[in-house]
Amino acid sequence: MPQIAFPRLDADVLRRRDSIVEGLARILAPECLIADESGRLAFETDALTAYRRLPLAVALPRSTEEVARLLRFCRHEKVNVIPRGAGTSLSGGAIPQEDAIVVALTKMNRILEVNLADRYARVEAGVTNLAISEAVGPEGFFYAPDPSSQLACTIGGNIAMNSGGAHCLKYGVTTNNLLGVRFATFDGEILDIGGPAPDAAGYDLLGLICGSEGQLGVVTEATVRLVRSAEGARPVLFGFDSVEDASRCVAAIIGAGIVPVAMEYMDRPAIHICENFAHAGYPLDAEAMLIIEVEGSETEMQALLARISAIAMAHNVRTVRESMSAMESAQIWKGRKSAFGATGRVADYICMDGTVPTGRLPEALRRTGEICASYGLRVANVFHAGDGNMHPLILYNVNDLGEAAKAEAAGADILAMCVELGGCLTGEHGVGIEKRELMPRQFADVEIEQQKRVRAVFDPEGRLNPAKVFPLGERAA
Amino acid sequence: MIRAACAEGVKLDIHGGDTRSGLGRPRCGRGGISTAALEGVVFYEPAEMTICARAGTTIEAVEAAISQHNQILPFEPMRPEALWTNRGEPTIGGMVATNHSGPRRVSAGAVRDAVLGLRLVNGLGEAIHCGGRVMKNVTGLDLTKLNCGAHGTLGFLTEATIKLAPKPERVQTLEIAGLDEKRAIDAMTRALGSPFGISAAAFLPVGIGADDSRALLRIEGFEDSVAYRAGRLIELLAEFGEIQPLGGADSSALWRAIRDAKFIAEPRDWAVWRVGLAPSEAHAFIARLAATALAHYLDLGGGLVWLATDESESAAAEVRRTLAHTKGHATLMRARDELRKSVAVFQPLSELELRISRGLKASFDPGGVLNFGRMYPGV
Repeated sequence: MPQIAFPRLDADVLRRRDSIVEGLARILAPECLIADESGRLAFETDALTAYRRLPLAVALPRSTEEVARLLRFCRHEKVNVIPRGAGTSLSGGAIPQEDAIVVALTKMNRILEVNLADRYARVEAGVTNLAISEAVGPEGFFYAPDPSSQLACTIGGNIAMNSGGAHCLKYGVTTNNLLGVRFATFDGEILDIGGPAPDAAGYDLLGLICGSEGQLGVVTEATVRLVRSAEGARPVLFGFDSVEDASRCVAAIIGAGIVPVAMEYMDRPAIHICENFAHAGYPLDAEAMLIIEVEGSETEMQALLARISAIAMAHNVRTVRESMSAMESAQIWKGRKSAFGATGRVADYICMDGTVPTGRLPEALRRTGEICASYGLRVANVFHAGDGNMHPLILYNVNDLGEAAKAEAAGADILAMCVELGGCLTGEHGVGIEKRELMPRQFADVEIEQQKRVRAVFDPEGRLNPAKVFPLGERAA
Repeated sequence: MIRAACAEGVKLDIHGGDTRSGLGRPRCGRGGISTAALEGVVFYEPAEMTICARAGTTIEAVEAAISQHNQILPFEPMRPEALWTNRGEPTIGGMVATNHSGPRRVSAGAVRDAVLGLRLVNGLGEAIHCGGRVMKNVTGLDLTKLNCGAHGTLGFLTEATIKLAPKPERVQTLEIAGLDEKRAIDAMTRALGSPFGISAAAFLPVGIGADDSRALLRIEGFEDSVAYRAGRLIELLAEFGEIQPLGGADSSALWRAIRDAKFIAEPRDWAVWRVGLAPSEAHAFIARLAATALAHYLDLGGGLVWLATDESESAAAEVRRTLAHTKGHATLMRARDELRKSVAVFQPLSELELRISRGLKASFDPGGVLNFGRMYPGV
């Protein structure tokens, strides 16, 4: 049986359901409020699909002011609120409950301003990650963080989870590319934080809100940094006979002062799963593979690749395959970015997201294999090697309840191992409901209490995205 | 010690190298607490480009350690000695607490972007660790960023873990002389919006270090790449005039002076401001302030105006009034204590921001023990 608990429902709110829906109807246009059961079903889970709870109602506001009015109403009525973007969270960050209102920002999907001279775009929170890059792509710019779900996921969700992606090694994660937000507090006040001018004085509220998993308020607009695209980019595949060689190669490249745009790692099971799906020409005989992407002019890329190849040679690289065309590059990345989807065709899986210091990668990979084997489960590893962000995919059979519980237990062991090696529980997916109870592995009680006091400054009753991030303790149903 | 101060209601001033003590609202503590004994590198992993140092470690000591492996602090930390001329050595703690970055901020981010983790003691005397030692980390609230630039008002920093960058194999500065400010901003904007990887862009008007104005663009990286990009930039910016490559030693002294506000640090009775703007607003801002500005220059492609005014309340009011036309903000970096007592040193906050800031202060330091009031009244 799946292990994650939900808190007891608020019986008073459930009793008042009709009057609460009436109150929402006074704030929202009819097409922006979903109260019927079939409509609410679409919002019962996110990408952590093993857990499903039907929300009380779903609000689809169209403006910051509507969001603010909704929040003020919910605060006053003592109703829990679940902010939601596209619902692609892998950690259950957008999973509701029967006593909560989902506030989904998907109708707020306009790009409000593009300023290429100052290199920023201002967008509504429901704009998808990829839509920003598509809007400025013809001018040669892009928005850098690129989570695998970038086609669907919204910038508001990216901010809530401080999302990363494959190209963060050079360009940083969401928090490094976020310049400002418009933010509605639970009291229904509207706050503009940051903007195109760098390093505003005062506490770094922008840094605090980014990654706060929707527990401090609702971000309705974002100002993001635009980056000029390099003249060219080229992924190269490096196949190795052993996991150790591949992971030592990663450390050696960084140690040599080379920071490629991306350094992605796949082990043998992942190579086979992804190659079957994308036909990208991955080396099927390799135990481990790196996709390393370099950028710049033709000469620059060749010079950098020569340096990287020399290091790979010194680490017994078996195959080197350079992309020869834009189409091949797209295939190579398609294989990597569809790793989760492709794995889903082979077996059910849960995806872990721990980070370890890059120097500890060989050990972390070995122990991940051992942990899964001890539960009798298979694992495929595909992850961002340059920054040590691991994504072991633990394969199991969802119809076998015993296996599901084993998979969750193996996942918890792997994350505890990541913390023990000096890393963390989650690199880019967020804590959500999934890793909530593991927080004490990484933080002492006083540290969790400190974080909760910070949260309480914005939401003293803990009604914004409740039962996420912090251990549930005695509140479990 | 903090626990005792909290129990007794004593306010403590935090001391590091004491090189930036002239920054912020004047101190009001009745006791002091220093990072002097918290000295030394905890660990340094060159292959992970990560260093962890205690708060009292000097920036110089950290830079000396990492330069042995050809690594640097990516944000090019500002040194305080030109502006405040205090004795002592700037420390890692002060660097994090002020979030003072240098010219490479435009390409590599600020101090807050490179700090991976912190250890601190909050106002209750509890040891708190935030973040960690890996770049990808979204576990729990990001209290690391909250404490960067918090001027020690939330916690007494004891340790910082910092992401490093490779030391560039070659550095090349390109200079365009004689441009007026508007054209210079256009040139910097075009360069920064190009694919040629500008690491820093500054404009020194007439009289700042030379008789002629200078727009300066810096490129860094591997030897062959820098040569290529310099060539392409010279083509790209041809319409702005003749472009001169600057020699290594001269150019690094120049960038240090830009970083440290050296050009407007003298005379000592000038008030010095650090003004953040969108680059496209910089020219109009300066033009409106013409009667008040005694000297100025631009860094971060125009996104940062280093500004000198006289040390008067009326000049300060004029700076704030002019800023209201922009999306920008200003910090009064240096002025005599009386002025820093009577005018806002940091960008004034809205009523809501102040309420949140006071709440955050109380969540870390309910007794107001640590650097109370250094940033804002009651914070």
